[in-house]
Amino acid sequence: MAEFLHMGGYAFYVWTSFGLTALLLIGLLVWASMGHKRELSRISRRLRREKGSV
Amino acid sequence: MHKILNTGLGWLTRPTLARLLMLALGAGLTTPALAALLAALLTLDSIFRSDFEDGTLEQILIGAHPVSVLVLAKVIAHWLVTGLPLLLVAPVLATFLGMNPDAIGVLMLSLLLGTPVLSLIGSIGVALTVGLRRGGVILSLLVLPLYVPVLIFGAAAVDSAAAGLPVIGQMYIMAAFLALAVTLAPMAAAAALRISLS
Amino acid sequence: MNFFVKWFHRLGSPPWFYRVSGKLIPWFTLACVALMAYGLYGGLVLAPADYQQGDSFRIIYIHVPAAILSMFVYVVMAVAGAISLIWRMKMADIVLISSAPIGAIFTAIALATGSLWGKPMWGTWWTWDERLTSELLLLFLYLGIIALHNAVEDRQSAGRAVAVLSLVGVVNIPIIHYSVVWWNTLHQGATIMRLDGPAIDESMRWPLFAMIGAFYLYYFIVLMIRARGEILNRESRSRWVRELAGGA
Repeated sequence: MAEFLHMGGYAFYVWTSFGLTALLLIGLLVWASMGHKRELSRISRRLRREKGSV
Repeated sequence: MHKILNTGLGWLTRPTLARLLMLALGAGLTTPALAALLAALLTLDSIFRSDFEDGTLEQILIGAHPVSVLVLAKVIAHWLVTGLPLLLVAPVLATFLGMNPDAIGVLMLSLLLGTPVLSLIGSIGVALTVGLRRGGVILSLLVLPLYVPVLIFGAAAVDSAAAGLPVIGQMYIMAAFLALAVTLAPMAAAAALRISLS
Repeated sequence: MNFFVKWFHRLGSPPWFYRVSGKLIPWFTLACVALMAYGLYGGLVLAPADYQQGDSFRIIYIHVPAAILSMFVYVVMAVAGAISLIWRMKMADIVLISSAPIGAIFTAIALATGSLWGKPMWGTWWTWDERLTSELLLLFLYLGIIALHNAVEDRQSAGRAVAVLSLVGVVNIPIIHYSVVWWNTLHQGATIMRLDGPAIDESMRWPLFAMIGAFYLYYFIVLMIRARGEILNRESRSRWVRELAGGA
């Protein structure tokens, strides 16, 4: 296990690469999903308002 | 989210000149190539600006003449006041910089082939940004990626000539860039103008 | 011919795209996670350390997929741009602008992991060789597209402006790809797409292909999610969206 983390001395480079990538890819995914949810809630809120005012 | 992106991009593009110079010097661009870059970039805005502001540009777009031909005319005008003077001054500049005399001929040829391409590609960028309020900032961001290959080849040609190596490859590529740009850029710029003024 | 025309019209219809993408996303996610799990395990654990580069070569399992996707996404954007300009198709605009941030992230990852790989290997974080420089330019192209789209106020004009820009910039893609062929660059030459077969050892090869596949799937997943958001935003007043949201 320790050998795995040590990556033959290249631990900083390897783990920073993988870590940074994970961060960016997950972040992008979350951002995209939040955007979609935001649009949905905005539309349903507006619909409820319109129905309420009828 | 948009705010963050805009601020971030603003940082990237705002002191554009300083960053440009750092980038260019880092990339090993020679002084004449840098001069060509700045001469073209700083004056690009003038290609369409005055016509845009007094409404002539709209008239051109709805007029009977093909817009791409008129764009080409404007690009030639731009080149005549930016690229051509640089070309004529280049031998003097080069001598002041102590450049190898063999390289001076190649320098002039690469400037001759390269500066029109800068004007042509620049016209596309200006056409895309002429209607924008802070268009000048984005303009550099847009045209720089497209300029760099041209500048790098030109600078590489001069370096090779100074080292006594053959430059025919770089010359062919620059000529190809010119041919590509002369045929396609006016059309792209015309399309971009239509979009900007719609 | 009819087949293509039919699919062309389907893809161009926002409600169709919304519906189908909603069904596809879970499956794509499953496949992506599976491929990534195998790729990461195979790349980090199973594959032996390179005899020259040691364990640092494992960065390849991120760097190469990211670089490939950074170019693929731009090509998709350029094609979408062409379709948008020629046929004025709304979905093409949506695909283009939804892809831009994804491509930018892939390019950034390729550049960053490249640096992190280059430092121990070449002794430098950066060099102005042809491939690295043109990949950096690709990042600027992506940022330029995003910036331009944000700057133009009318959404339709913005869409068409970035379509033009994406087409103009596509000339950079062959430069990146063939830069290692045309010049003697510091960056190594082609490893996978070679006439006499991949040069990478079998024990290292399959996790790499898996990671490449996983990255492709990731792109499509995020593209679909972003596109769905864009569709809702643009079509918010249409009946099918109202029914969709009203029922939600």
